[in-house]
Amino acid sequence: MKKLINKFKEGKIAEGNLILILIAIIILLAIFSPKFLTANNIKNLVRQTSIIGVVAIGMTFVIISGGIDLSVGSILGVASIISSMLMVSGLPIFLAIIVAMVVCTLLGVINGIIVYDGKVPPFIATLGMMTAARGIVMLISNARMIAGLPRTFSNFAQITILGMPSLFFVWLLVIIATFIVTSQTVIGRNLFAFGSNPEAARLSGINIRTLTYFIYGISGFMCAIAGILMTSRLSNGIPTAGTGYELDAIAAAVVGGASLSGGSGTIIGTVLGALLIAIIRNGGNLLGINPFILQISVGVLIVVSVMIDQRRKASV
Amino acid sequence: MGDTAFIELNQIVKDFPGVKALKGVDFSVYPGEVHGLIGENGAGKSTIIKIMMGVHQKNSGSIKINGDEVIIDNIIQAGRLGLAAVYQDLNLAMDLSIGENFFIGNLPKKKSGLVNWKYVYEETEKTLKDLKIVIDPRKKISELSPAMQEMVAIAKTVHLNSKLVIFDEPTALLTNEEVEILFDIIKTLKKRNVAIVYISHRLEEIFDICDRVTIFKDGEWVDTTDVEEIDEDQLINKMVGRNITEMYNIGHQSPGDDVIRVKNLTREGNFQNISFDVKAGEIFGFFGLVGSGRTEIMRAIFGADKLTSGSIELNGKPYKPKSPIDGIKKGIGFLPEDRKEQGLALALSVKHNINLSSYKDINRFSFVDKKQENSRADKYIDKMSIKTPSRRQTVGNLSGGNQQKVVIGKWLCNDSNIFIFDEPTVGIDVGAKREIYKLMEELAAAGKAVILISSYLPEVMGLSDRMAVIYEGNLTAVLDRKDFSEERILKHASGIK
Repeated sequence: MKKLINKFKEGKIAEGNLILILIAIIILLAIFSPKFLTANNIKNLVRQTSIIGVVAIGMTFVIISGGIDLSVGSILGVASIISSMLMVSGLPIFLAIIVAMVVCTLLGVINGIIVYDGKVPPFIATLGMMTAARGIVMLISNARMIAGLPRTFSNFAQITILGMPSLFFVWLLVIIATFIVTSQTVIGRNLFAFGSNPEAARLSGINIRTLTYFIYGISGFMCAIAGILMTSRLSNGIPTAGTGYELDAIAAAVVGGASLSGGSGTIIGTVLGALLIAIIRNGGNLLGINPFILQISVGVLIVVSVMIDQRRKASV
Repeated sequence: MGDTAFIELNQIVKDFPGVKALKGVDFSVYPGEVHGLIGENGAGKSTIIKIMMGVHQKNSGSIKINGDEVIIDNIIQAGRLGLAAVYQDLNLAMDLSIGENFFIGNLPKKKSGLVNWKYVYEETEKTLKDLKIVIDPRKKISELSPAMQEMVAIAKTVHLNSKLVIFDEPTALLTNEEVEILFDIIKTLKKRNVAIVYISHRLEEIFDICDRVTIFKDGEWVDTTDVEEIDEDQLINKMVGRNITEMYNIGHQSPGDDVIRVKNLTREGNFQNISFDVKAGEIFGFFGLVGSGRTEIMRAIFGADKLTSGSIELNGKPYKPKSPIDGIKKGIGFLPEDRKEQGLALALSVKHNINLSSYKDINRFSFVDKKQENSRADKYIDKMSIKTPSRRQTVGNLSGGNQQKVVIGKWLCNDSNIFIFDEPTVGIDVGAKREIYKLMEELAAAGKAVILISSYLPEVMGLSDRMAVIYEGNLTAVLDRKDFSEERILKHASGIK
């Protein structure tokens, strides 16, 4: 622990600044808004953040690898529509969930194939997927909401465990699993090496083809989880679900210290980034700040946090 | 040479956080003089140049131009004072034409306000012609060969009417003939009374082209002398306190069995019918001009590029690589020419880079064995004497020589038994070069097969037991050490029968 604190003081922990800012904002909000630290508000905050938080974690893998995934929002929509249509048609809940997960993971892997084998830049490849996947959603749902989901499924998002919403625990599980993958496994080591220098990674014997499939597949898989959570929360399959999420997810990762040039970024950073953005929005609402002003401040936050990060890196 | 120096630097001190880069050095260059500046990496050569060019600010000392003290705040001001530098990574806009590059930031306008292209190209052509560079000024920089790009960058300094031109390792990418052209241009500049600073790790060039030479060591001025009054041995001695005769002096082993046997290897467009073999414990040189196909042959053997036809045997067993994964599995370690672009993940730690190829061996169900990871990193940092504050240090912060050692460590860590060194000492200073050579000797002594690709003849001749010579994708000769002679090798390398 002492070691950790020392490291923190020396600015060696990448997320150091972020934790300080987060604590400061929480203290300020707790002072100025009596509602902020109430159980209800925290639950609400966590519910809002969990879904985008899961997407942002998938995005973090892609960004560390030096890529970008613009298709996350649309793939989330695919998960929402497919799972709800299957459940409405009578398929058992868990089967519907598994099918949605498989389909979304495959869509992610297709992104990977287009990027690696098709040599299409990730921005373009996933822009195509973003447009096409949303088209698929609209086509199979006829652009209509899917209602009549099983009770058990809709109830899931409403349950609380130990006073916290179930969504939070799903997010927590995802955080722990991906934290382990990025920091403890060979896949994690290879991911950073690939993001830092793809050619050196290839010449060092890393199988960058399967790695690319894996990275985009993970992002797709995370979208499936997020899409299913959202469907449960809204008790409906929504064809426009996840619209605009790609930018929120990128923002969370970038505020959390991930670099769009690849090779750096952490799961914890992204989690903190997602929380920071959500808290600013939530706290601002509580204080009655004009939402457009909040939007402006989130925009400023994104740019400033990258600027601070660049400084920190230059000084090392 | 005139009477007053064009530029005169006195007692320049420059501190960086934690390092005293310059400890009060003197340096002056006269008009019409080619002044060599040499020293090992870290001696302070690039720092003093950056101070001259306004990139860094000195802490103390004075700079005089034509006798008047000046302050150089930034690169634009340096340009105004008539200072120009030709760096290795050339400052040219790749997608613009030569002419546009010459006039960049200062395009001439017609009365109508439109660019006067005719003037741009006429003027550019005139400048190029004066330097005997024959090329259409409308061509884009990206369409030119690296050598020609460099010539254009030099011509631009002439166009800008620079009074002092700094050349930083100008021959690193050039073939022998291109070096000749470069030297002709430098001589033309000299005739026009331009002051020239010439930096190179290739000492024989200092004797070929320079009038005087200044030696720096560890941020201090050692000596300034006429080149006629000094020889290569003395020069090296002043740089590092060591003799050149020791440079390539390594032990040689009696070779063991064939490790690699290559037959009729062909990759269309790169090389044809290449056959040779390399034995355990030998250093096998591969000499040829840049672009002759040496690197491509080795990349194909490693598995980085695909072969059209031919066969390879490793330790007597057939081997058909599909990707570097295959080559690495069979114990081949490849040290690419461009270590920053291909050999290292610069943003990551020394530890991560050393283990990069061997995580496959130190994990359980994909979980990295961190104890092993750390101990392997420490072992090779120690074994290679890599100078780094800790195994967690970012590789990008190490010097070139230490970076190269990290790449070697990576392959040792993977237990490779065939080492392919592609231009291992480019951009590395004399002291670190010597260490790399020592490591090659140790590898050979440990029974590994070492392949050395180099376009630097003294290096291949000095180190190799046998040498293959490549010319335009064909293997023209395989020579034994006793048959090495400069003349003979160059003949084979330039296709003369």
